[in-house]
Parts: sequence; C-alpha cells; structure tokens
Amino acid sequence: MESVLRVENLTVSVGRVEVVHHIGFTLGARQRTGLIGESGSGKTLTALAIMGLLNEGLSATGQVIYRGTNLLELTDGEMCGLRGDRLAMIFQEPMTALNPVMKIGDQVAEPLTLHRGLRGKAAHAAALDALARVHLPDPLEKMRQYPHQLSGGQRQRAMIAMATACSPELLIADEPTTALDVTVQAQILDLLVELVEQEGSSLLLITHDLPVVATVCERVLVLYGGHIVEEGDVDEVFSRPRHPYTRALLDAIPPLDEELPDRKLKAIAGSVPGLGEFPPGCPFRNRCPRADDVCVVMPPLADGVACWHPLA
Amino acid sequence: MTLVFDVDHVSRRYLLPRTRMFGPRRTLSAVDDVTFQLHREETLGVVGESGSGKTTLMKLLLGLEKPDTGKITYSGNSLRREVQVVFQDPASALDPRMRVGDIILEPLRVLRIGGDHAARLAELMDAVGLPLAYARRYPHEFSGGQRQRIAIARALAPRPDVLIGDEPVSALDVSVRAQILNLLEDLRVGFQLTLILVSHDLSIVRHMTDRVLVMQHGRVVEEGPTRDVFRAPQHAYTRLLLESIPRLRVRGSRVAQVEQKQSRRD
Repeated sequence: MESVLRVENLTVSVGRVEVVHHIGFTLGARQRTGLIGESGSGKTLTALAIMGLLNEGLSATGQVIYRGTNLLELTDGEMCGLRGDRLAMIFQEPMTALNPVMKIGDQVAEPLTLHRGLRGKAAHAAALDALARVHLPDPLEKMRQYPHQLSGGQRQRAMIAMATACSPELLIADEPTTALDVTVQAQILDLLVELVEQEGSSLLLITHDLPVVATVCERVLVLYGGHIVEEGDVDEVFSRPRHPYTRALLDAIPPLDEELPDRKLKAIAGSVPGLGEFPPGCPFRNRCPRADDVCVVMPPLADGVACWHPLA
Repeated sequence: MTLVFDVDHVSRRYLLPRTRMFGPRRTLSAVDDVTFQLHREETLGVVGESGSGKTTLMKLLLGLEKPDTGKITYSGNSLRREVQVVFQDPASALDPRMRVGDIILEPLRVLRIGGDHAARLAELMDAVGLPLAYARRYPHEFSGGQRQRIAIARALAPRPDVLIGDEPVSALDVSVRAQILNLLEDLRVGFQLTLILVSHDLSIVRHMTDRVLVMQHGRVVEEGPTRDVFRAPQHAYTRLLLESIPRLRVRGSRVAQVEQKQSRRD
C-alpha cells in the first residue's frame, strides 16, 4: 500500500528522560489511523514531533519520512513551508488554538496567503469556500466574527477549515472532539471523515476514546508508556485484541447496548504512571495479570503486538 | 419506598449580563419547570449536554441555589449532612495545602460531628481502598484516581444517605474509570446510599442507574426506567443523543455507515 508518512525509531525526550521510545509506524495514503493512548502515553508528543512543534526542552530523534525526506532534519523555515499546507493539525481546544483577536475569516485565509500566495478578494473567496466546506452556518457572517462569538462546535469547524484549506496530504487531529458535547462530536467526526475522503487526505486521529476510533478509523495504533503495544485493522484489534492492555481497556468500558448481570466492570489494577515513571521493560507489566520475569525486557512489536504473552 | 426528594415544578433563572449598554438584560432558564421524585436507595441518572441544566439542578438539590418558583422537599433531617457530592475534577476539589486526613475529616469538623475521628478516618480510608499511611500526605502526591478516592472518602465522612456524583469519572484516565465506578457501586450497596449520577457519558449512566432523567435546555424531556429509555427512547432528543454516541463495534461496512451518516446530516 502507498504510504504518506513513515515513522522509524522515533524517540522523544523531555530533558534527558525518554518518554516516547523508538516507535515506528506507517500511515497509508487516504487511510484513517487512530492513535489510542491515555495521559502520559506520549500520543500528543508523537504528533508534535511529526509536525516539528515540540517545545523547548523537548527533543526528537529518529526518522519521520515524508516524500523521501526526514522531517526531523528540516530547518524551521523548510518545516513552515509544509506545515499548514501538506501537513496540518487540529487541536483539542479550539478556543486556545485560535487567535482570539483575529477575525475567523482572516485566520482561515492565513494558510492560503502563506502557501498559495492568495491576497485580497481571492484569499477572501478561498476562505469563504473553506468555511462552506465545513458546513459552518452563515459563513460570510462568521468570517467577520471573532472566535469568542462562535459556539464550541462552530470554532472546531473553523479550525478544521483552517487546517484543510490547502488540502493537506496528512491531517493530524489531536482529541478534536474531547471538549465537545456528544451530539456535536458526532457531527465533527462525520465532517472529518467526509473531508479526508473528499480531499484524499490521510488522517491520524489521536484520542483516548476507543469508540471514537471504532467509528472513524480503519487502522489503529495502541500506545502505552511511550511504546506502541498493538497495531492493526480496527475491527480485528477491537474484536480480537492481542495485547493485555488493549483487552483490559475494552473490558473496562461499560457496554451501551447490553446489560451486565451485576454492576461490576473488569477494572484495570493500579493507575497510569506519570511521564517517565513507567517501569523499565514492558510499560504495562506492573498492571498486567499475565506479566512475569521475562517482561522486564521490552518485547519487540512483532505481528502487530508487543507482548511476550499475547492473547490468542 | 421512602421519598427522599420531591421536586415540584422547580425553575431557576439567571439574569444574563447586558450585551448592549442600554439593552435589556436577558434571562436564562437554567432549570425550567422540573418535576421528579427520588426514593430511598434508588439510583438516578441525569444526562444532558453542556447547558442543559444538570449542574444547576444538583446545586438546587444540595441547597446551594434556591428555586425561583416551585418547591424542593427533602424528607430527611439534615440536608447538609445527609446529602453529599463528589465533583468532576478531584484536582480542584481538594485543598492543595491540606493533608489528606484533614481533608477527609473536614466535614465532621464543619458539621460539628463528634466521636472518634481517628477511627473514622481509618474506616473511610479502608472503604475507598487507600492505605491509612496516605492520610499524612498532600493531594498533589496522588494520581487522579486516588484523588477521586479521597474526594469520595470526604463525601462519605458524615455518613450521608444521598450521594451525588457530578461527572465523577470524566476527568480520569479510561483505564482508571472502571475502578472508581466499581468503588461507587460497592459503597452504594455497602452503605445503602441513594445515588444520583450526573454524566454526559450515556454508557456510564446506562450501566450504573435504574432510572434516568434526560435534560435539554433546562427541561426534563424524558424520564423513565434506564433500561426502557435506552431501549426505546420516546423523545427525539433522547434518540439523537443515543444515535450520536460512537459505538465500539460497528455493524455492517464502514462505507455504508458513512453514507448513512451523511444522509442524517443533510
């Protein structure tokens, strides 16, 4: 399968502490991939490393290959040429990601001006078009408004319009619906799927919400403690998980369409360790019912699962 | 069945700030003509989206807000002692400068409840599954799930009859949520609590409660046994809510599902 982005041996460190450990994965062209992880799993750091947006004090090594170049070796200027154009990102909280003192229309026009050289009327028309594509009601009116005048769902639509204005090859969405109500979430997820299908983009959807991945994505990567512990086709992984962590996550979600005989869920022992506090070896071993002595060594990701004792 | 709360046509309106200098102040009906009854040892779910009035309704039950019209009758002796609440975000609900033991016992001091406080603390820490030695530590030393256990221990300290959980697991990691839900269920059974669970997460409400109120724009649009409401929702808004929830297992092909969704939006 044709790929749009290949990540190899990517390590992200906070100071000297490694928090994402030598991960590798490939994003297929026109494919929707879910990256599942809880707090401290390194899911957002992975996305920021790909986009070249790591803050000071954070560093990435390894390779992020896009069209034959390693993005980690590009200069800031070169990266700016790609970001917002070929690679784009949507953030969780549109209120903090949008500029509060800039009109919606100007913000959506910004990538078009930077990457397409559009100005004046042409930029205005293209921005209007981008806002219409995300089904923002009254786009002409909204262009003259500021972010605080829009509802949460409308702001997220505006941010998606900005990110997709230049038809990116890869769209990364980091918890795009976590701050939204469930009915609005459904609309935004529908919109994301519609847009990436239309534009032929690839989507990397980052979330802690397994059902969201099940509805949107075709492939899934499960991240825990900075390691990819399982990857594969969404339907396969969710119906036959092979890593004990994936199994445990699925078991811990209350079923919506059936009732459990008693009100007891299969809870996972312990809590998610803080950043850099995961045990050496398999990061899940101190919470895992199948763990034993061999788990002090991190198992390689083989055949879609990184576990010494995978489930059948 | 003993009646605990009788909520009779209750409304609470807020005056909104002026949007224009000489314009009129608009009012917002946060809770609009809500009527329901809650009986002893019942589990009641309250679902709705942001702005639906869930939290205002809880504040009214707790006596933190007074209704503008209508009446709330509480049948117990002391609302302040017998109705306790656990909030969404344990990080902001616990005083960072207090030791965990003092946090848990604070309701006893405030409500002037006597007795052997040291023994009570040991009991409470045990009930929520925390080692007693943790009582000397501060909240920042704990994970989110442990902090929520502390908040639950504090709520249980005055031996309440009614426990209100306002989005009690929304701020927690997915792998920790089930622990806290199981704990709430154990405590509910162990202490014969009446439980009100406010959540935007319908699967949790479905799992934990016998009866459910669905709220929209301050009104209760549907009420009934949780099982029936989820199986055969009567109100259009309840149906929309249920349709909107992402499902873990997808029936049929993904393409068909996408097409169906697009027709839904159009």
